[in-house]
Amino acid sequence: MALLEVKHIKKSFGRTSVLKDINFNLEEGQAISIIGSSGSGKTTLLRCLNFLETPDSGTITVRGDVLFDGNDSREPSEEEIRQKRLHFGMVFQSFNLFPQYTALENIMLAPTLAAKKKGAVDEEAIRRRALELLDQMGLTNRKDNYPHQLSGGQQQRVAIARALALSPDILCFDEPTSALDPELTGEVLRVIRGLAEKKTTMIIVTHEMAFARDVADQAIFMDGGRIIEQGPAKEVIDNPKEERTKQFLSNYSRTQED
Amino acid sequence: MFAEVTLALLKGFLSTVQLFALTLVFALPLGLVISFGSMSRFAVIRYPVKFIIWIIRGTPLMLQLMIIYYGPGIIGYNVWGQGNGGRDIAALVAFVINYACYFSEIYRGGIQSIPQGQYEAGKVLGMTNHEIFRKVILLQVIKRIIPPMSNEIITLVKDTSLARIIAVFELIKAGESFMKSDGIIWPLFYTGLFYLVFSGLLTLLFHYIEKKLSYFR
Repeated sequence: MALLEVKHIKKSFGRTSVLKDINFNLEEGQAISIIGSSGSGKTTLLRCLNFLETPDSGTITVRGDVLFDGNDSREPSEEEIRQKRLHFGMVFQSFNLFPQYTALENIMLAPTLAAKKKGAVDEEAIRRRALELLDQMGLTNRKDNYPHQLSGGQQQRVAIARALALSPDILCFDEPTSALDPELTGEVLRVIRGLAEKKTTMIIVTHEMAFARDVADQAIFMDGGRIIEQGPAKEVIDNPKEERTKQFLSNYSRTQED
Repeated sequence: MFAEVTLALLKGFLSTVQLFALTLVFALPLGLVISFGSMSRFAVIRYPVKFIIWIIRGTPLMLQLMIIYYGPGIIGYNVWGQGNGGRDIAALVAFVINYACYFSEIYRGGIQSIPQGQYEAGKVLGMTNHEIFRKVILLQVIKRIIPPMSNEIITLVKDTSLARIIAVFELIKAGESFMKSDGIIWPLFYTGLFYLVFSGLLTLLFHYIEKKLSYFR
């Protein structure tokens, strides 16, 4: 059984239909990249998985546990949604670090609060884990810096560590390098590549085609709220079968050459 | 004479500070409640609250003082009684309502200026709405509202003198009394020094807080 099963997800904003029948599976330890032009619904899909948006219909299942069922008319409580979200981690395009906390505090905040809810806070263990993650991100010497003292690439690496600190089943990236200078893109991509090598289950929405091909096991090409093509990443990106995918990728490589 | 005047003015100043402090004690939290009302998802709450804010901010505080003090008597309810205590309470009520409305708009501006991404980051990290507000949003809001708040609070120092219109004993009234009793006007001018020193101290305090919060952006 796949770790994540997404079936028949649909989502509209008012009259605009943004997701039209999305289906895909994700196996444990695999990374899937989602490519496609702006407005194709990639970000909305990630937001649905993280319960930042509620799909209109369809089902989302993690480890056989149905997290969302569009046929279930019962309104889930805030607490239920909070629990469901913990299956997913999210890394935003704009980092969204908490400005009043240092890098280390940003990583420790959510695990500390979660431990408090369970009653026992082992702050030392949480700190050790946070420092470990910072080390993994190559940011040990930045642990006491505030977000505004860090470069965009460093901020995004802290944000990745912050998401990992809760040990989510699936880590989602929403265009993690789109807000970065080309020079800073590399350091973030290297970190994500490292996570892929460690068999972290990931969904990566990205415009970096070479990266999407090399790091992900599977690739999904989306257009107009539909999945046009999905398959092994190398095949989808190097030898697309669908006309629309070919067109997108050739436009893409043309702009890359400019 | 100078010592006598200074002592009398200090008494008036004490009343001024009392009105000032009590106004803050009640108006700061009430303003937060009003700001939540003005941002409510429910139109039946939002619009009446916005209407009240419009009335209060759209009319002079001096007029509000008179309406609140004399209004109930006109329609046959003598809620404030005869003594000076009633005046003081009427003035406090008027100040609290007026300043709570101004504060609510400052809170609203501060809360709405926090990017949506901060709430979303908290949510995807499994934090409850309450935790997000307390641990993530609140301090950022405080940092942003300190400059407009300090402005408003320093205005309040001087606005307390409006209570004079319903004959509340405060600094201006204390200074004025020497015009009637001794025929001298300088005590009235002298009151200005008290306002200056008080607002000066507040300015220093707010600068200190601003500096304390400048470690993040």
